[in-house]
Amino acid sequence: MAQSFRMKPPMGEDNGWWWQQAAEGHLAIQRCKACSTLRHPPRPMCGDCQSLEWDHIVSSGRGTLDSFTVLHHPQFPGFDYPLIIILVKLEEGTRFTSQLINCSVEAVEFGMPVEMVMHEDPDGFRLPMFQPAQGAHA
Amino acid sequence: MSQFLKDKAAIAGIGLTEFSKKSGVSELSLAAQATLAACEDAGLPPSEIDGFVSYTLDSTDEIELARTVGAGDLKLFTKVNYGGGAAVGTILHAVMAVATGVADNVICYRAMNGRSGQRMGQGISGQIVSSDLVHWSWYMPYGMLTPGSWIAMIANKYMHHYGVTAEDLGRVAISQRNYAQSNPRSFFHGKPLTMEDYLASKMIADPLRLYDFCQETDGGCAILVTSAERARDLQQKPAIIRGVVQASTRGQEQMTSYYREELDSLPEMEMAARLVYAQSGLGPDDINAACLYDAFTSEVIMQLESFGFCGRGEGKDMVRDGALDIDGRLPNNTHGGLLSEAYIHGMNSIAEGARLVRGTSTSQPKGVEHVLVSSGVGVPTGALILGRD
Repeated sequence: MAQSFRMKPPMGEDNGWWWQQAAEGHLAIQRCKACSTLRHPPRPMCGDCQSLEWDHIVSSGRGTLDSFTVLHHPQFPGFDYPLIIILVKLEEGTRFTSQLINCSVEAVEFGMPVEMVMHEDPDGFRLPMFQPAQGAHA
Repeated sequence: MSQFLKDKAAIAGIGLTEFSKKSGVSELSLAAQATLAACEDAGLPPSEIDGFVSYTLDSTDEIELARTVGAGDLKLFTKVNYGGGAAVGTILHAVMAVATGVADNVICYRAMNGRSGQRMGQGISGQIVSSDLVHWSWYMPYGMLTPGSWIAMIANKYMHHYGVTAEDLGRVAISQRNYAQSNPRSFFHGKPLTMEDYLASKMIADPLRLYDFCQETDGGCAILVTSAERARDLQQKPAIIRGVVQASTRGQEQMTSYYREELDSLPEMEMAARLVYAQSGLGPDDINAACLYDAFTSEVIMQLESFGFCGRGEGKDMVRDGALDIDGRLPNNTHGGLLSEAYIHGMNSIAEGARLVRGTSTSQPKGVEHVLVSSGVGVPTGALILGRD
């Protein structure tokens, strides 16, 4: 039986570097070189000062859960259901959309502390996911 | 906000095809049938149509439709982006053309085999080729592939913050299902919904259940916009366009505006409200009925706040008070809406707006002077206020 994989993200000039960082194990956040404003998702220009110059920082991977949804239907190949999708407020201040693993549906709560775990996809890319912060739900 | 467009144009005709789950005809055929029906409703021959406006998601190009219905020379042909966010935007483009003399008689249309053909609810796929692919790349690998998944993230936050319950969403679904019982065009005509049925319906994207979702429909709808002056000489009572606007705010994304400060409000809809009230010189107290865009029940409750019918977090209280019902403060989606009549991407709700002003809805509330219609939620959007002449 052919194995199904989760959908691989399309990578272009404005986001490819970010996935390269993920491949190296980092959750990157784009930073404007001129005004130091952090921005996610990445864009080629700073919306605050219009600078085209940017670099990035590496997030600590720690954050809290701003919102979530649990997906039941429709079920796409390559994903396990129920699928917990979360919006994380990273401690650096930007938000990141991801998946929560190592957590039961019943245990998901607004505001819960989470930490990044890098997921190795069998299709050959790495994807930041999150789990309950160690010790938070002892 | 300029009042230049206020009262310059009117909806003079509305046209619908049959709504079904399998039309058996092309989307071009649906568009042509709807356009002809709108012309016949107004009493204007298709040869006098000189403008067409639709959605970028519509497969029928303006000139294909023009040739098919035998329209005259075209002075306006354009399409509006962002799915259901285009709905009243099409009317804005028509009104701008009519008010400036660019075109005289403009058809706004949306025709889709939304069930038997390309289904919106299926969301994005690996095959899509579009300029916003990178935007979707932040969601695709996590399995966020459908409108329900994108909206649920905001709905859950909003409900958590303000104590909105599953029963509140159910009240919206039931109110609109009740309207569908007197509308034979409605998919759910003859199929009422109880709270028990609602709560027992399967969970799709928590907190959204099956009956929080709109239909998938094959059908077409066309709206004929002309000058207010011309509309008075045609055969229907004109629905005068008091105000019509588009609105997209800072930090706007398509469906996934997760990175703005607030997650539990609709900034683009609040902007649409400010603009449409300023343009029309009207306020929430002047609005007697509405067709608030309802791809999902949660959106209806949030829009009650966006448009100032109540304060932040009080949408649920209005719903509990029966405000959306026929004898309530704001009868809403009296055709059954996208939830219960059909999903023609909001165009069928503009048609209902015109009916409410004419006094011909299948659930006609008493004393309707002004009706508010909104475009899609969670996307660049817009608002329309129609009034009695």
